[in-house]
Order: sequence, then structure tokens, then C-alpha cells
Amino acid sequence: MHLVICAKQIPDPETPPSAFKIDSNAVVPAAGISPVLSPFDAQAAEAALRLKESAGDTKVTVISMGKESAQAAIKQVLAMGADEGVLLNDDAFEGGDSYTTAKVLAAAIRKLGDVDAVFCGRQAADWDMGQVGLGIAEDLGWPCAIVAKDVQLDGSALVVQRVLTDGFETVKEPLPAVVTVSNELGDPRYPKLQQIMQAAKKTVTTWGTGDLGLDASGVGAAGSKLKLVGLAQPQSGGAVQIIEGETPEEQAQGLVQALRDARII
Amino acid sequence: MAQNVLVIGEMVGGALAPTSKELLGAASRIAEGGTVAIALLGTGAQASAAEAFTFGATQALTSGDATYDVFRSDQWLPAAEAAIAQASATVVLIAQSMVGRDLGPRLAFRNGSSAAMDCSRLEMVGGKLQVTRPAYGGNALATYEFASALAVITVRAKTQEALDATAGATGATSELPGPGEARTDVVSREASASEGLQIQDAPIVVSGGRGLGDPEGFRLVEALAAAFGSERAAVGSSRAACDLGWYPPSQQVGLTGKVVSPDLYVAVGISGASQHMAGCSGAKAIVAINKDREANIFKSAKFGIVGDYKLVLPALIEALKQAR
Repeated sequence: MHLVICAKQIPDPETPPSAFKIDSNAVVPAAGISPVLSPFDAQAAEAALRLKESAGDTKVTVISMGKESAQAAIKQVLAMGADEGVLLNDDAFEGGDSYTTAKVLAAAIRKLGDVDAVFCGRQAADWDMGQVGLGIAEDLGWPCAIVAKDVQLDGSALVVQRVLTDGFETVKEPLPAVVTVSNELGDPRYPKLQQIMQAAKKTVTTWGTGDLGLDASGVGAAGSKLKLVGLAQPQSGGAVQIIEGETPEEQAQGLVQALRDARII
Repeated sequence: MAQNVLVIGEMVGGALAPTSKELLGAASRIAEGGTVAIALLGTGAQASAAEAFTFGATQALTSGDATYDVFRSDQWLPAAEAAIAQASATVVLIAQSMVGRDLGPRLAFRNGSSAAMDCSRLEMVGGKLQVTRPAYGGNALATYEFASALAVITVRAKTQEALDATAGATGATSELPGPGEARTDVVSREASASEGLQIQDAPIVVSGGRGLGDPEGFRLVEALAAAFGSERAAVGSSRAACDLGWYPPSQQVGLTGKVVSPDLYVAVGISGASQHMAGCSGAKAIVAINKDREANIFKSAKFGIVGDYKLVLPALIEALKQAR
């Protein structure tokens, strides 16, 4: 089998709100905080690698659309256990939306040729859209199961347990197929030092529009029809009223009184 | 400019879902003289259409085929496309539900564009539709316009006001095609056991987080909710606590969980990561109970107690009992 993991490098979502700054409709990279592999993509990698272990004789390729710095995200997934890495790097890819991103990733999957299943995070933890996995599936004409917490192979199909709003659902989708993975899958594996060193030595292939047979006018900012016209930080509420007291009992009584005075209870 | 807006409706137990009423309200506000249509699929579609007319729909496109009762995107997608064509829609609104998360992107991609997901504000600005949505875990608000012929928008629950019901309002009804084949087979479904009051509906939500230190802490959180009154208060959890297995994912409040907008939200041992605040920032008042005065949660809270919840909660439960 050949499995593909789609990985995105993003600003660290654990960046404290105080270090989060916006300038000219773009996020300013926080000083001293390195970008990271989007956490849901690490879980997607974990799901694919678990499947590789149970299925045997499986190749796993990690692909990422991004700048040269996204090599770090690719190397991280290689260290986790993926076999090969491809960076999709072209100035023409920049400034795109979910649609153009999915188009580029789908073109790369088509070029890889023999792919059986694609694993994406349920959403990138920066823009939180959650569209790219579905977009790849639409482009390739494959089924897609979103928000997975468990993925197993059953013959020529994937059995996917999905998280619903109020419960779970198990679906069976024929291969080739796309799965988007949620945090309920569990923690991704932590690479050993030796794996990190091996991954560092691996060569990552780079493809651009020409390699993928894509027209630059259809990707990136030129191809996207969802236009960002504003990016701002939300206003925080008024100052908090801290209920003081010598004892927890005094604090508790003070809070109940404050809630009553404000006609909340 | 007049917009023909199509709402992809959802039903709960055969009745029109509250989110669909909210979407009809939003649709009526942005239509600017265009039509407001609703697509309804599955058992109860006809009755729900009648209800939708009283909440602002002018046109209903329905199929009562029970196969639609279980959402499968392979089957809903062609029906939604047929509805877009029948309603000559230029804007499609879907709730940010398991239906919207799946159908929204697919409908947009099939029309050569991205959807705008999980939007909290929709408005017409100088004849152009602008939508705003939280990004970067709620640290930013992003505003978009559409250069595509069709704008597909999923909308966060409880961010839009439904219209007051107009008794006796009616509209045009037409039939949508029945379901085709689905590639993906639903093998089984299990509902998570959350009986009684649902957190989305509760006027008071008491939530616990990683700061509880152990799953046993949720017993105190539950006791506090009971002290507010089990008919009024429900228990929620942060994603961190759910990921640790301390509380069921069905109770998770946040960007990837449920969005609540109660009168009172009590956050116990929750640091207030923007991921979590995205799910509770609509609360009228937030009370934070945390031993760390520097915790982010105090920035959003109206009232705060700095202290050990193991001491504060029993005292608070007692104070609530005395206040009754």
C-alpha cells in the first residue's frame, strides 16, 4: 500500500495571546517561537503510521505545501516513521485559499501515482477551516471521511470511526480514499533521537507548478476566490472583578452575592 | 444587491433544528429583496418546511425520503446541488455541524471556490456580502468577501438571531430528487450517553479543565452544577480534560467541540486557551475559578476567584444552598 500524509507548518498555536500580533492583515511571527507541524497533522501521521504497522508492506509519503522552512515539518513526520518526503514549493502557491491548496496537493498525489489513502488533519490549527482533506477528495473523485478517531484497514476498504456532535459513527469507505483525523485519535508518537538523525539525512523532493502540470493562474492568490479583506484581534471584555476574601467561604459568599446583584442568578 | 439565499436545513427528531431557524434569520437579513429558500431532507421535511415559512423562508425544497435521515454526503450533495439550481441561489448557508463541515467545502469546491467556514458574522457592506470568522484559535477575526458566483458559508451556532415566528406564513414548495448510491457505508452509530439537559441549551454551564488535576475533580464540578439546579445547569469540559480521558468528548466546549452561550459560564481549572474561549465567549457572564491569577481566563471573565477549587467549590455549593 501507499499512504500519503498531508502536513502543514503553522505558527505555534500555543503562542500566548500576548505575543500574538497582526500587521497589514497578516500574522506577525512571534519572536523566538518557531513554527510547528500543525497538531492535527501529527495525529494524521500517527493514524497513517499505525496503519502501516498493522498492514505491513506499506510506503508512507509525507507531502507539504509551503516554503523552504516547511522542510522541518516534513522531517518531523519522516522521523516519526514516514519513508519519503515531498515539498510543494513555488511562489505561485502563496496567498491561496483552501481550494487552491487542495488543488496543489491533489496534483501531487496524482503525480505520485499509486496512492491508496490520504491522511490529513481535521483542520489546520491556524486558519481552522477544515476544508483541504475534502477538497483533495473532491479533486481526485475519492470518498472522504472527516473527523476520525480510529482508522483500520479491512481488505480494500478503510473502516473509520468518526466523532459526531453527540456520539460516534463507524463508516466503511472503499480505497482509494481520504481521511481527516481528529485529536480523539490520541497522542502522536515521539521520534527517537536516532530516527531524528536518520530523517535529517533524507533528501526531500521539491515540486513546483511545472512538475505538477499546474497553471500558475489557477493556484495561490491568483486562483483563490475567497478574499481576505480584514484580519483583526478581537476586543477583550471589561476588567474582571476578583472576589476577595480571607477564606474560601467568604469568597464563595461574595461571588453568590455578586451574581445576585448582577441578576445573573 | 438582491441575493437568493439557500439554507441547507437540518432537523432534530423530525422538527426544524434551532440552527436552521437562526440561518433563516441571517438569510432574511442579507437577502436584500432576494428569495430565502430552505432545503430539507428526510422524515419530517414537509412539516419542517411549514415551520420554516413562519421563520422567514419564502421557498422550500424538500424530500421526505427516510434514507436522508442519516447524513451521507454522497447522497446529500446531489440533493443540495439540485436545491441550489432550483433556488437560483447565489449564497448557501449551512450550520457548522457535522453536515456543514462535510457539505460546505464540497459544495464550494464543486463551484471552483473555498467555503467560508464557521462564520460568526454576516453582513452586507455597500452591496457586498462580508463574512467574519474566528481564526488562529480565536486569537484573530478574519473577514472575507467572495469573488465566486456562489458563496458557501457555514455558520457557528447561536451567532445569528432567528426571526420572531409569523403564524400562518406560507411559501412555495417543490420536490428534491430522492437519494442515489453512497460509496461510504455507515456501519454503526452510537449516541453518547448524555441524558437530561444538553450543554448547548443550558442557561448555566459549569466546566472543568486540566487544572482540576484529576478526573475526580469533575465530581465537584458536577456537584456545583447540581447546586445551581439540575434543570438549569449542565457540565462541560475543556479539550485538554477530554483528551486526558477525564470527561466524555460530547461535553467538550471549544472550537472543535460545542459552542455554548449560556447566561452564566463557570470555568473551573480552565486556563482559557483561545481554542476553549471560541466555544464559550458568547456567554453573558463568565466566572473563573483558578489558582493562577495570571491565567488567560481572567481576561474574559466578569467575576473571578483566585484559589484552590477543592476548597472554593464546596464553599460555593454551600453558599448556593443557603441562598435558595
